[in-house]
Amino acid sequence: MRDDRVLFEAIGFTLTPGGIIQLEGPNGSGKTTLLRAICGLAPIEGGHVSWCGTPRDEVLDEFLAALTYVGHVPGVKRDLTPRENLATSLALTTMEPAMPADTAFDRVGLDGLADTPLRRLSAGQVRRAALARLLVAPTPLWLLDEPLTALDADGKRVLERLLADHAAAGGMILISTHHPLDLADTGAQRIRLGD
Amino acid sequence: MRLGQAFCAMLGRDIRLAIRQRGELAQPLVFFAAVATLFPLALGPEPALLERIAPGIIWVAALLAALLPMDRMFRPDYEDGTLEQMLLSPHPASVLALAKVVAHWLTTGVPVILLAPLIALFLQLPMEALPVLLATLALGTPLLSLIGAIGVALTVSLRAGGPLLALLLLPLYVPVLIFAAGAVDRAAAGFPVAGPIYLLAAMLVLALTLAPMAIAASLRISLS
Repeated sequence: MRDDRVLFEAIGFTLTPGGIIQLEGPNGSGKTTLLRAICGLAPIEGGHVSWCGTPRDEVLDEFLAALTYVGHVPGVKRDLTPRENLATSLALTTMEPAMPADTAFDRVGLDGLADTPLRRLSAGQVRRAALARLLVAPTPLWLLDEPLTALDADGKRVLERLLADHAAAGGMILISTHHPLDLADTGAQRIRLGD
Repeated sequence: MRLGQAFCAMLGRDIRLAIRQRGELAQPLVFFAAVATLFPLALGPEPALLERIAPGIIWVAALLAALLPMDRMFRPDYEDGTLEQMLLSPHPASVLALAKVVAHWLTTGVPVILLAPLIALFLQLPMEALPVLLATLALGTPLLSLIGAIGVALTVSLRAGGPLLALLLLPLYVPVLIFAAGAVDRAAAGFPVAGPIYLLAAMLVLALTLAPMAIAASLRISLS
């Protein structure tokens, strides 16, 4: 539901370790609302979300500790550098860093820009700075809302490799996008909303 | 331990942001000085009159200066998505919100307290009332920040939240104003002031314990 409008009903899916689910659908079909409802930012009118077989709200702490959500707006501060943004993001999780920040910035293609304030970077580079968080604190569950926005062809390849690696390592990914993603060898499922 | 790190990271980030946006840091300070100095210009420079109205003027100016940058507490975070990240952290949102309020007070309230002695001198406030003025500001301005944060959290998702915020907060600020300005007034007249000071301290303790939870709940409502 958004503004008292029913966006979708009777939708159900299960995400298992190593699984990728790609949400598709035209603008306004409810992809963002569904992602926000799953992570608990938007209310659910009917239905439930379970984590490891238990209702989400009963294991909310574990669920949130396992979750990384990268929304529409990237969730980074434009007056801070990628390194400062990453340090804050990491402090908000309960994880030890999985790799040094510089390695992460190399992998998302921000080498040499780690100490430049985001306001001097392009929209795509800001996106990449937000994605670095997925590498340094690789929680099991990723919810990504239109992560391809503003990314160029190289950025798209970086993201596809990130997704494939995470799935191969047993992670779970729910991703909304209306761009085609090359996830052929990962067994990604597709769900279409709004038909 | 982890929670402490998260609290410090949030506090440090907001202070760093405030220092990078120096113009906004100066805004409440300039406003405080401007409001307080306009009164003697408008009313005339007789020391007896100024001495009488100084406690009230300083406190009204401090209150308005606190209200001015209040909206900045959560609105930028709401717009760039970092507020969502804060609420999705496994750490309690109330503690992280408290870190933001503390950072906001350190960057907007403390400068006003530091400037207050100069303004007090300018308005002919009796010297023996100055410690009481500083004590009421030290207890009162964090109280304004904590109460204000609840209002900002409730209105952050509204496009024209500013006027509504002022309307929402001013009645809640009235008790703080009455006791704080009253205490300074009594000190200037040479009466004991322990009563109103203790009351302000009690209100601050109450707000410190309850406001963070109210802020977190309000933010959840605003974001859903």
